[in-house]
Amino acid sequence: MTRPDNSVIGRLNNMEKFTLSLQSQPQQRHCITLCGVVSSGNLEVLVEKTQHPDSCEFEISTSALGFRDIWQAVLKDFAARHAAGGLKFSINDAGATPAVVSLRLDQAVEICSREVT
Amino acid sequence: MTAKCWDKLARNRAERLARAQTLVRGRLVAANDIVALFEALIEPGDRVCIEGNNQKQADFLARSLVKTDPAKLRDLHLVQSVLALPEHIDLIERGQVSRIDFSFSGPQAARLARLVEAKKITIGAIHTYLELFGRYFVDLTPRVALIAAHSADREGNLYTGPNTEDTPAIVEATAFKGGIVIAQVNEIVDKLPRVDIPADWVNYVVEAPTPNHIEPLFTRDPAQITEIQVLMGMIAIKGLYAEYGIKRLNHGIGFDTAAIELLLPTYAAELGLKGKICTHWALNPHPTLIPAIEAGFVESVHCFGSEVGMERYTAARPDIFFIGADGSMRSNRAFSQAAGHYACDLFIGSTLQIDLQANSSTATLDRIAGFGGAPNMGADARGRRHASPAWLRAGREGRGEIAMPRGQKLVVQIVETFREHMQPTFVERLDAWELATTASMELPPVMIYGEDLTHIITEEGIANLLLCRSPAEREQAIRGVAGYTPVGMARDTAMVENLRDRGIIRRAEDLGIRKCEATRDLLAARSIKELVLASEGLYDPPGQFRNW
Repeated sequence: MTRPDNSVIGRLNNMEKFTLSLQSQPQQRHCITLCGVVSSGNLEVLVEKTQHPDSCEFEISTSALGFRDIWQAVLKDFAARHAAGGLKFSINDAGATPAVVSLRLDQAVEICSREVT
Repeated sequence: MTAKCWDKLARNRAERLARAQTLVRGRLVAANDIVALFEALIEPGDRVCIEGNNQKQADFLARSLVKTDPAKLRDLHLVQSVLALPEHIDLIERGQVSRIDFSFSGPQAARLARLVEAKKITIGAIHTYLELFGRYFVDLTPRVALIAAHSADREGNLYTGPNTEDTPAIVEATAFKGGIVIAQVNEIVDKLPRVDIPADWVNYVVEAPTPNHIEPLFTRDPAQITEIQVLMGMIAIKGLYAEYGIKRLNHGIGFDTAAIELLLPTYAAELGLKGKICTHWALNPHPTLIPAIEAGFVESVHCFGSEVGMERYTAARPDIFFIGADGSMRSNRAFSQAAGHYACDLFIGSTLQIDLQANSSTATLDRIAGFGGAPNMGADARGRRHASPAWLRAGREGRGEIAMPRGQKLVVQIVETFREHMQPTFVERLDAWELATTASMELPPVMIYGEDLTHIITEEGIANLLLCRSPAEREQAIRGVAGYTPVGMARDTAMVENLRDRGIIRRAEDLGIRKCEATRDLLAARSIKELVLASEGLYDPPGQFRNW
């Protein structure tokens, strides 16, 4: 069995950028965290505090074009799964699969809430 | 009334051997006489087995067969496990082979598909290993078997050593049914370490100019294991192995299962599972199992074949592996396949496609790859009559409260929802259907039938198909772990949440798995070099896996 290659989803030179704001339960414990490294063919997630406790914001920069509906589905599930209100996620994607995106975001939130407690 | 003749096979064999008389000295044949020997011995229409296991290859004999005169050697019927060498396919292209029965074509899958499409070859059937071995003793007995051994003595006894693999099954069928056995060996010696095949089952031995080819098919570099695979491995260990108390098992080949092997001494040990899971295996000597063996997790491993570089390590762990009086391992594919089918409680492997009935297949449109052994392991053994706690629990879950208690084998597919290039693993319809049409197959080449599959593990969690009570529930359980593939996005959200409430779908968080821990740091070895260190220097990886 060949290993799924997370680094390629039809990578092109140009990047697609978009933002998204979704409703989410307020997150009480805030910190800044960096989770994942883009150089390993994965993606980078930066979490910051915002002024809007009832929504969570995403700024996505991706090399994979034409997968915006999948991104939206992944992020919608994430915002429903976690109390991520008041947080902004800046995502630098080097062609990760939805599996990697979800894992990195979950890890970011887990680390975020753990570091403050 | 003429007397009926009952020994036509033996008479014919004697005639063939007589024709070869001038080319041989006792059982020994010179390498440059081998083409002439084949032309003297092999008759048109013969069933021929060119030993090609998925590791060891009778490559010199295959190369020599391609040099024979196509006018003399024609209409051959190849009956062998693996069509892995280019020469196997060259024989078809040269018009010397008219029919093949096999199990696996691996690297030649694309060429084979083109020849089938061009109607240059008829495929009898694509078998599993045990089926093909079974047919060797029923209706596909080889007339001539060309086999590979490590060494021979001057009487013709053979030492096959760690890579015994298919040899005993092939030789036994051929030698005892009037056939002819020709062995290529790497060297002829005065005294063998041990006798794996006795001389009187062997007709001729030739010292090949180069050692027989062996493919390191079961080596997975831990450096390439992803964090998603770590996460899925954690889900498998906590949600399945611990839950059912899986002690006897077989792992398919791949990075997903390699990750599980490397999580045993770390994650599984932290969960207190040492001695409770993964103690007895039917498995090739996977280098990624070394850390678990060294940590005392493993009590026994029987091997289908060997693995390049693992010879010294296995020899140094005779309590774990099956070792001869000479001190080297002996493998046996037929026995290990039988063990995997009847004596193991769990099979776990990967696949390329899974449909909504849970049928899975590795077939794609332009490749006829075959099955190998996975279907024998990845199927409920309906002839099994001994109980174990894991088997009984699976039976209770799957069969419900029925009058006659009966267990069931756990058969698991572990897959990421997307493969490379964002190809979804979950599909409405398997490519196998179309391949069956284009290649005129009677059956779509399904690796594991949905009715045998008990669990699916993805990065989204585990679906327990045993607990589903209707085809509709089963479909939603599959969609529920299919993530963001079109099949997954089309799920009935309410039904999936209901399945989750009933424990039919369990996500990482339902199992108490912290995703922060799903990092490569959790692997007991993160590189081939760390495997070498774990083995105390006994593992000697082949060159292509060395980067230091």
